Amino acid sequence: MDVVTILVDAGRAAIGVPAAGYALSAIGLNLQFGYTGLLNFGHVGFMLVGAYGLAITVDRGGSMVLGLVVGIALAVVLALLMGIPTMRLRADYLAIVTIAAGEILRLLARSTFAAPLTKGIFGIQRFANDFFAINPIPNGKYGVGTFRFDQRTLWVLLVGWSFVIGAVLFVRRLLRSPWGRVIRAIREDEDAARSLGKNVFGYKLQSLIIGGTIGALAGMLLAIDQQNVNPDAFIPLLTFYAFTIVIIGGPGTLWGPVIGAVIFWFLFELLGGIMAGALAEGWFGDLLDATDVAQLRFALFGVGLMWLMAKRPQGLFGSRTEMLIDAR
Amino acid sequence: MLAAPLLVVLLAGTALSGEGSSITGTLEYIEGTTRTPVPGVTIIVTRDSAPVGTVVSDETGHWEVPVPEPGVYQVELDVDTLPEGVALSDPDRGVLPAVEVRAGQQKVIRFALGPGTTSSVAWWPRVSGLFLVGLKLGAIIALSSIGLSLIFGVTRLVNFAHGELVTLGAVLAFFFNASPLGPGWHLLIAAVPAIVLCAGFGAVQELALWRRLRRNHAGLISLIVVSIGLSIALRYLILVLFSGLPRPFTDYAVQTNIEFLGISTVPKNLVIIGLTAVVLTVVGLFLQRTRLGTAMRAVADDSDLAESSGIDVRRVILVTWIMGAGLAGLGGVMFGVSEQVQWDMGFKLLLLIFAAVILGGLGTAFGAMLGGFVIGISVEMSTLWVPVEFKTAIALGILITMLLVRPQGLLGLKERIG
Repeated sequence: MDVVTILVDAGRAAIGVPAAGYALSAIGLNLQFGYTGLLNFGHVGFMLVGAYGLAITVDRGGSMVLGLVVGIALAVVLALLMGIPTMRLRADYLAIVTIAAGEILRLLARSTFAAPLTKGIFGIQRFANDFFAINPIPNGKYGVGTFRFDQRTLWVLLVGWSFVIGAVLFVRRLLRSPWGRVIRAIREDEDAARSLGKNVFGYKLQSLIIGGTIGALAGMLLAIDQQNVNPDAFIPLLTFYAFTIVIIGGPGTLWGPVIGAVIFWFLFELLGGIMAGALAEGWFGDLLDATDVAQLRFALFGVGLMWLMAKRPQGLFGSRTEMLIDAR
Repeated sequence: MLAAPLLVVLLAGTALSGEGSSITGTLEYIEGTTRTPVPGVTIIVTRDSAPVGTVVSDETGHWEVPVPEPGVYQVELDVDTLPEGVALSDPDRGVLPAVEVRAGQQKVIRFALGPGTTSSVAWWPRVSGLFLVGLKLGAIIALSSIGLSLIFGVTRLVNFAHGELVTLGAVLAFFFNASPLGPGWHLLIAAVPAIVLCAGFGAVQELALWRRLRRNHAGLISLIVVSIGLSIALRYLILVLFSGLPRPFTDYAVQTNIEFLGISTVPKNLVIIGLTAVVLTVVGLFLQRTRLGTAMRAVADDSDLAESSGIDVRRVILVTWIMGAGLAGLGGVMFGVSEQVQWDMGFKLLLLIFAAVILGGLGTAFGAMLGGFVIGISVEMSTLWVPVEFKTAIALGILITMLLVRPQGLLGLKERIG
């Protein structure tokens, strides 16, 4: 097993495009889950409408800027649709409605009914040419040794991480405003916030909308990188990647989602590398093949999520006594 | 780049792997030695009952449906679109359930067409047929939802891993029934250990996981997230062990239609509905007439009050888990008989289960039964008016309407939703 290669691959993944995309996605989720206490299990739905809003607009002859606006508008509509029926109810109702809505959006995107717009299961490709056309980075490979990115990836990384930092600063600004204090009050004690005359329903809905919009931007970023949107990329598992990232970094912390994304992708890739290496060395005998090993990694991911939530809900580095979510 | 293989595979999968695979054919009407091309006939290709593509044959009778990747697809000829006087030579060959396509292959499918008439199905038989199918789906949902609802009632846990209990029941029955490694028992025998093991797994889950978490005063939100983690872990473990290929049981997989009260259906649908009616009656009597059942309802109503009046709450919770998991396992076996055994069948059913449980009232067993039948029948009957692909969306529509109008559900109490 080549330890150096595995570590380099994992290191590349830790700052790669998926890490940036999921950091952004997790920032949105952290605003909802970490700061407001909303259990949004359909975050993938926001990523889907963002990516599809962009891809369909460009596919229909619009510009990418218009696509960005359409994607954000769709995310707002989705948040309203899911939020209005559930925001007055207990957290688990929102979880049920959002997980169902996320899955139904995927089914809708792959249906023959919507195929004239979404191209069904084939998805839409090559809609981000304008984005790569303005890439200022000269051709070449940048980095040290095997740790290198080409100019295309580097351009996506640059824009992606800029968006991540922008989103963190935006969230910090929000949280230092009176608005931010109200949503944290809602997380701590909804009834208390209500008794002070705050419109809890409205604040929760706003938090869902803003977090969802950031999620839609993350969906766009990942789609731009692949130059491809496909309904079957938006499986419910993506939501729980974001959840795991938020919990690793510590829910309700400003930089938590960013640190969480870097750690998550490093560990996830490291695990994949070790398991693939172990398979190549014949440690699994004839019991498992390459597909099995890839699937086993998702099973281990599930166990990891359980362990984190049960043992370290405050994040890998947080202290239990300062645990914010659901301390009852 | 090795990074993020899931995303790479999923996002780029369609573009790369299946380049050029398709299912194709030419429809010709053969009478004696003359061959006439048949245009305007609809061919529907699906995979795991999700649509892949629909085409209409052109003037030369040719049709082609590109497929995203190699795999097993179902190809169906819509007999309603055949022109007057033309019919399938073999009426049973209108649906080919398992057409295997290899990478880059142009798989040729031939539908034999000859003289004859195919009357399109009239309104009433279609309605009554769908009602029966809906009743069957409702039975499966009802069986699977009781556990979710009762477990919520006694522990306040919304168990997102409940779908995996359904899958587990089906997969275990598959092992005892059809797996080359298993003993090859008849399904009726194989179902017994499957349900018992499923119930036992419910008990293990409660003792090893949920009881400990409750003792540590884990909150509602942490419990839900843990159950999601468990769901993912179990689902992918089952995928590794069972593989992604959907497979039927050896018994009752293929049946010919019979007439029942003027409705044409396969006998297994009637057996599923009848057996479910018996099981639900027994569960109902257990809850209403026995001490344990009464205790269960008491704990669901108010766990503190039940405890102070001398009920052993921990034991009641354990029994609820055993019963709920066993019923979910039975629901899974029936779901497997009705369709096929598949690694994510329970997760797919989970959305319908949630809709049923919320419609009936979270925490009530009778509500789950009622909700199950309402959802099953509405979902199937909706296909009269809306495309089949929107079946699940209908369930979500009912769920959201219910949350707006009466969030506590049909049989729920208002205070529960707080």
